[in-house]
Amino acid sequence: MDGLILSRWQFGITTIYHFFFVPLTLGLSILVALMETLYVRRGDETYKRMAQFWGKLFLINFAMGVVTGIVQEFQFGMNWSEYSRFVGDIFGAPLAIEALLAFFLESTFLGIWIFGWDKLSKRLHAVTIWLVAIGSNLSALWILVANSFMQQPVGYTLNAAANRAEMTDFGALLTNPNLWVQFPHVLFSGLCTAGFFMLGICAYNLLRKRGNVEVFRRSLSVALVAAVAGSLLVILNGHTQAQHMVQTQPMKMASAEALWNSENPASFSLFTFGNEPERKDVFAIRIPRVLSLLAYNRLDWEVKGINQLEAEYQAKYGPGDYAPPVALTYWTFRAMVGSGFLMAILALYGLYLVLRKLQLPAWYLRVLPFAIALPYLANSSGWLMTEFGRQPWIVFGLMKTAQGVSTAVPAWQVLASLLLFTLVYGALMVADLYLLVKNAKGEVMAEKAPVRRKVAVRAGGAR
Amino acid sequence: MSLNTLWFILIGVLFTGFFFLEGFDYGVGILLPFLGKNDAERRMIVNTIGPFWDGNEVWLVTAGGAMFAAFPNWYATMFSGFYLALALMLIALIVRGVAFEFRSKLEDPRWRALWDWLAFAGSLVPALLWGVALANIVRGVPINEKMQYVGGFFNLLNPYALLAGLVSLAVFTLHGAIFLTLRATDKVLERAEGTANRLWLPVVVLVFLLVGASYFATDIFQRLGVNPGIPAIGAGLSFLVVGWFVRNNRYGWAFGTMGLGIALTVITTFHGLYPRVMVSSLDPKFSLDIYNASSSPYTLKVMSIVALIFVPIVLIYQAWNYWIYRARVTGQSLKY
Repeated sequence: MDGLILSRWQFGITTIYHFFFVPLTLGLSILVALMETLYVRRGDETYKRMAQFWGKLFLINFAMGVVTGIVQEFQFGMNWSEYSRFVGDIFGAPLAIEALLAFFLESTFLGIWIFGWDKLSKRLHAVTIWLVAIGSNLSALWILVANSFMQQPVGYTLNAAANRAEMTDFGALLTNPNLWVQFPHVLFSGLCTAGFFMLGICAYNLLRKRGNVEVFRRSLSVALVAAVAGSLLVILNGHTQAQHMVQTQPMKMASAEALWNSENPASFSLFTFGNEPERKDVFAIRIPRVLSLLAYNRLDWEVKGINQLEAEYQAKYGPGDYAPPVALTYWTFRAMVGSGFLMAILALYGLYLVLRKLQLPAWYLRVLPFAIALPYLANSSGWLMTEFGRQPWIVFGLMKTAQGVSTAVPAWQVLASLLLFTLVYGALMVADLYLLVKNAKGEVMAEKAPVRRKVAVRAGGAR
Repeated sequence: MSLNTLWFILIGVLFTGFFFLEGFDYGVGILLPFLGKNDAERRMIVNTIGPFWDGNEVWLVTAGGAMFAAFPNWYATMFSGFYLALALMLIALIVRGVAFEFRSKLEDPRWRALWDWLAFAGSLVPALLWGVALANIVRGVPINEKMQYVGGFFNLLNPYALLAGLVSLAVFTLHGAIFLTLRATDKVLERAEGTANRLWLPVVVLVFLLVGASYFATDIFQRLGVNPGIPAIGAGLSFLVVGWFVRNNRYGWAFGTMGLGIALTVITTFHGLYPRVMVSSLDPKFSLDIYNASSSPYTLKVMSIVALIFVPIVLIYQAWNYWIYRARVTGQSLKY
């Protein structure tokens, strides 16, 4: 294996690992801030306990996000130095601004928040966690300004003499259309992740009558609202995003749909088992016209296929292979969308019961802890699809991934670091999960209720 | 002043802030297993930097981001050139940050001992590697005409760089000990004072050894001239004066002068480099400087506006953070 493949593996592992922690930070920071605000407003100690209970889990997760984020920022220079030289004039700016505007804000005020429960006034203390939430979510904005440039380069000019892209319009980077479909998607998925994370833990504790029942009952309601809002918004927004993708990166869409050849009207693949080298279906169930509908809101419109797009790109960019890994793009897309819809159904069902003041059935509470995996599956497969689907480009239309890799780093060093990082990530994941599970389980109550076979917990409203 | 120079200074400021603040964080982490004899004491030690360490680390992230934004070629050449060293440092930083956060979340003594030692190792490695990295930048490394590092890994481990690594390790450890004298109480406080007293002289000896070695290994003396300027002389004086304050139990002053010494050392290093950012040992023509490594004027302008607005704001709220938690850490109020 050469340095390129190893570097791609390392980037993928680091980024997916990092993004395991980020969405929960984004969403949970907002929800903890909300709970603490309720405490300040209503003076009800239960809300304080809620903020502290979830705050502790938030901190465990936050630490993992922060430390892996440093690798994230340094690895462009380490493994992708030629990419860094080529786009540094544009790409470096949002990264620096992210650190200056967002990382300082979240890290400093989180330190103040952790130690400030008895030091600051209630109101000021609540303000500090809001600043953490704002900082975290701002960091998502800035890193997506950078990523959006890779998906849809704007506001630049090519400087042939310096062999690089240079920024000409900072405003264009900030108003990049890709950013404004992608950023909401990440925000909503953060909310959804936090919602399902809380739901699973609440359900576990309610079912086993662990901890403070009132804390988990109210948390369940907060979590349901977050999960419903997050999952529905993420789906709606995802639809807009897909339509944007058809316009700007049609090849990604064609791969995500395993659409080998252009169709008019285009059918939607419900299930395709394909032969990628020969670019044909082995077995497929397709629904006619639906892809045209999804892509253009019309039943009769052409959606371009992989072969036609490749011919177009070869004419435009020269000979070469312009199709991303189709099976990967296709299946990660389905994993994301599938878990998204499953989450929406689960969350809506729970909210419906709670609003109707009905009991949440025991099977539902038993399923929820497992459903914590859904947002993680969706988040990871979503990014895999986004980044794989852009291949062979590292910056769409401007630079190929193979051109971006560091030339000064020998392959053995990349292999060494890849093994080291993977080992450390693996060990820390075990420690992180162990700690989360330990801290997520409420204390077993002394006066434990007699064990019933069918436990049904009434999850009332917030009062 | 050109924007290129402004950004050179800004990155110098960011590294100065980083070494000043994170320097004592590293020192506290290194001293953790030795000054804390039981869990309560070790908790106290971690809690002295509890509200600060995370914010302090952002100085490094921001410095890295600023290098990327203002001098992409510097960022690309240095980070790919120092690849393995940086990978080790990143792993240390990962382990260290997680250790502070994880240690107190379970009561189990073995769990806590594990993370305490990881916090120690995670603080020691970067404290050492930063000296190695800076020394290599100033001394010069093999960089070819295409701005590519061609030196391999073991080239970085030359005697001069290793000496500098030892110096940064010693300086940060002393800085951490003095910081602890300001925030700890009881036994930990006594031990921190003892450590500061014992460490000061070796630190001064090492610093002056490094200054001497720099005469032979780098061109910094020629560049600074007969009168090396206030920063260089001030740096040397500061490290000397620290000892006087430590011996007279004026620890607040000792901390101030220690920080001054660190800051002036970084400033002297940057001053000696200017206008270069990475020296090539193959041919001076191949050195990276603030012009051939920089971003376009437009990007520098945008970034200047952003920095001039937000750096002061960050300074204000970080100062507020230190102001709130200026009191000593006692047995109560422990969070980590």
